[in-house]
Amino acid sequence: MLLKTQVLIIGGGGTGTGLARDLALRGIHCVVVEKGDINAGASGGNHGLLHSGARYIESDPAAACECREESELLKQLAPQCIDDSGGLFVAVQGDDENYIADFPLLCEQCRIPARSLDLQELRELEPAISERAIAAFAVQDAAIDPFKLSLDNLAHARQLGTRLMRNTRVTAFNIRHSKIQAVRLRNMRTGEHSTVEPDIVVNAAGAWAGEVAAMAGVKIDMLFSKGSLLVTQSRLTQRVVNRLRTATDADILVPGGTVSILGTTSVRVESPDRIYPEIEEVDFIIDEAKAMLPVLETTRYIRAYCGVRPLLDRKDNGDDRRVSRGYALIDHGGEGVDNLVSITGGKLTTYRLMAEKTADLIVRKMGIERPCRTRSEPLPPASDAQWTEPGLAPHLWVRRNDPDDLLLCECEMVPQSTVDAVVASIRKQDGPPVGLTAIGLRSRVGKGPCQGTFCSQRVSAYLYDSGDFEGRGGIDELRSFLSERWRGQHPLQWDTPLVQSELLEAIHCGFFGLELTRDDGSEKGDDGNQA
Amino acid sequence: MMETRPDVHCDLMIIGCGMAGAAAALFASARGIDTIQVGMTGELNYASGLIDLLGVHPIAEGRKWDNPWAGIDRLVKDCPRHPYARLERRDMHTALSVFFSMLEMGGLPYTHTADRNLQIITPVGSVKSTYAVPETMKNGVRALEEKAPCLMVDFKGLKGYSSRQIAETLKTQWPKLRAGRLEFPDTGGDLFSEQLARRLDLPETLAHLAADIRGLVGQEAFVGLPAIVGLYKSRAAFEDLQRQVGLPLFEIAVMPPSVAGLRLRHVFEQQLPHRGVNTFFQQKVFSADYEKKRGFRFRVGTEEPQFVVHAKGAVLASGRFFGKGLHADRKEIRETVFGLPVHQTADRTGWHRKRLLDRRGHGINRSGLETDRFLRPLGVDGRPAFPTLHAAGSILAHQDWVRQKCGSGLAITTAYAAVKAFADLLV
Repeated sequence: MLLKTQVLIIGGGGTGTGLARDLALRGIHCVVVEKGDINAGASGGNHGLLHSGARYIESDPAAACECREESELLKQLAPQCIDDSGGLFVAVQGDDENYIADFPLLCEQCRIPARSLDLQELRELEPAISERAIAAFAVQDAAIDPFKLSLDNLAHARQLGTRLMRNTRVTAFNIRHSKIQAVRLRNMRTGEHSTVEPDIVVNAAGAWAGEVAAMAGVKIDMLFSKGSLLVTQSRLTQRVVNRLRTATDADILVPGGTVSILGTTSVRVESPDRIYPEIEEVDFIIDEAKAMLPVLETTRYIRAYCGVRPLLDRKDNGDDRRVSRGYALIDHGGEGVDNLVSITGGKLTTYRLMAEKTADLIVRKMGIERPCRTRSEPLPPASDAQWTEPGLAPHLWVRRNDPDDLLLCECEMVPQSTVDAVVASIRKQDGPPVGLTAIGLRSRVGKGPCQGTFCSQRVSAYLYDSGDFEGRGGIDELRSFLSERWRGQHPLQWDTPLVQSELLEAIHCGFFGLELTRDDGSEKGDDGNQA
Repeated sequence: MMETRPDVHCDLMIIGCGMAGAAAALFASARGIDTIQVGMTGELNYASGLIDLLGVHPIAEGRKWDNPWAGIDRLVKDCPRHPYARLERRDMHTALSVFFSMLEMGGLPYTHTADRNLQIITPVGSVKSTYAVPETMKNGVRALEEKAPCLMVDFKGLKGYSSRQIAETLKTQWPKLRAGRLEFPDTGGDLFSEQLARRLDLPETLAHLAADIRGLVGQEAFVGLPAIVGLYKSRAAFEDLQRQVGLPLFEIAVMPPSVAGLRLRHVFEQQLPHRGVNTFFQQKVFSADYEKKRGFRFRVGTEEPQFVVHAKGAVLASGRFFGKGLHADRKEIRETVFGLPVHQTADRTGWHRKRLLDRRGHGINRSGLETDRFLRPLGVDGRPAFPTLHAAGSILAHQDWVRQKCGSGLAITTAYAAVKAFADLLV
């Protein structure tokens, strides 16, 4: 298969999908290739925090100002992706008094609104906060759904002609006369090869940007900082809660619909592949954060996950949080590849700005003039993104009241009709094959307390009946779906989750013998990374 | 604390009503021991209904054994601390045969051959090897072995069970497997296997289903269907259905909660009291204490302690985490009734591997109680914690019943050994 396009975007994370929409709105045709699924890297492994900027006032005032501007803009343009919860900065006994004293001034310098709260008011706003709190400020932090954001961006881009290829890896660049002439691709699920001939290539591969650049013979020095996060079973606070101190580990709790997300850590890793949220990190996060929110010691956690922050190595090592969180936009024209641009680093809050700057550079390189429209044009909500919302599927199911529409996932109440809709949206995005993991990513399937024990097989059986699964495909799907979910469960195995996983293993290994269904023991998904 | 009911006395207290507890109660009653049994039977709903003895060893190699006894020989040699290493082969045979005859008398006959595992298919289309299956699954072993022309029936509305999934998954090795779907007589919407099984205890529904199956059968020699053919009268229901369809039938164990597990639970709940066991089902032990002269005192009740059980000895068959015999917090694993030392790794990093399906299995599954040769759990000093406390079943350390496929066999045979040791020591 040979495709021609104006811009090939490598990477389907927040940056790549945001860039696709920006370029599409400028009337430029794009193809997005993603080696895994949407937001498979850092875009899917973060807090989902739309920063007011207050967190960066000390370390990076320029970034703080960018966050302030961008978050205000996104709240207006993409309200469907945002829970404008507001945020708090809270100090507890023992925290640095000087930082508390400087905080309002530093906020003011970046024109970030921060209102001092008395402790009585703090307790009324968020009863879960420790009795040992000594100071608090209200800021304009919010929660953002990074997955919905990327799907909405992508859906809009697709509507404007962009093409998406998931599970597709770049295998080689064909470079002649200092220009990428063709890009060779391989579909990791079907093994099919294809070629794209783009005018310009954008490397938006996040933590894998160095790897992609190397294939084109150029070098980007990157550092990888892993951050792990925990998801609680219920929503513990209404607002984002930050620890009022110099930014460090385990000091933010962000609401995410019906749950709360606690993190993070900052662990230097050698490679962005094969990373796991580790047991030591989980224990560290809980032990550290319970000073601010004592309930974190006893609450049930349903999942852990991690992402790798792609940081540019500016050779001034030390604390990874001190390495700039700013983004890097690199035109590789000076390095002998005229039509390659890399965009990496940055943060979710400023994804739109990064896309804008990248698209500005691309149109300049193309010698055309097309102004950015994402600064004023609202992001249309797409139906593809709706099924991750807890409560929507059950709500529609109850209203439809069709007794034949069986609940396949009973924990999260996901009926057959929702699975049908999700399957249709996957088919629409880039065609089959349809997999359990892709369905899980786009819905609540497997996200409840049973950890996928029952719904995995129910959805498999249903997909056999619908003809989506055939041959031994279902066994491979069960294996990789459960293995992928396990990545986030293995560090949280105590109390009730341990009871659940014992049942899961009894059914899927003891009874079905899934661990015996492959002889070599190696496969995609088992180690959590698509090879 | 208020005990509202009079104290009860017995020689042997059995804690737990799963496979191991039920087996222990059975063996104790067979020896004429005055026995009380306390525990929740609900977890049996999650039993597959298959009796595994030994399927795989070493698990890291995924080596499957046709002859479970040969597998056990090798296992005991390689893993001298495995609970099977504590048992006499003769006792294991006796245990199994007494257990099977109780099931038979309870109206739930099982099938096994002396020294060969049976192969059956599971709802995901994998082939599982197990030691004994309900007689209603026997024809499935033959059909699979012969790869005979076979119709697999499923039911609209019974989710998680698709005959098309089974036929598709097995199609290269069993091309003559055909999938067919029926609407279960007089139902609609979401169906549950227990509800269907209860309805098939009724002759009218059964006749209706038989007619529907006949309408679907073509040239096939066998008909397979999910395990829903009767609950309390499953033996009669199955025979009736088979006769009316006019072909050999077989049931396939479904994903728990399953009817095959419910039938076991039903037999235990009926047979054990009938055999003189003083049963307190759906009650639990809140605390235990021991004095050399008086023996054990257990506080027992539903929501809170309601009465005291006095016992000379006890069999602890309370299961693992799912059965609540063990409990783990972030730091350590505890035994819940006596606070016995639990064999475990130094911290949580040794409990689970990063890959769910790692062939080597998870470390936590080998944690549990260490015992002496009389299956008496050891105290901190490495000697039996109590002179008359024995442990049986999955709570024992140094086994991985899920991966080794030895769950029920381990439960039944260690229960036998525990009761025997108690009886021998009591004399």
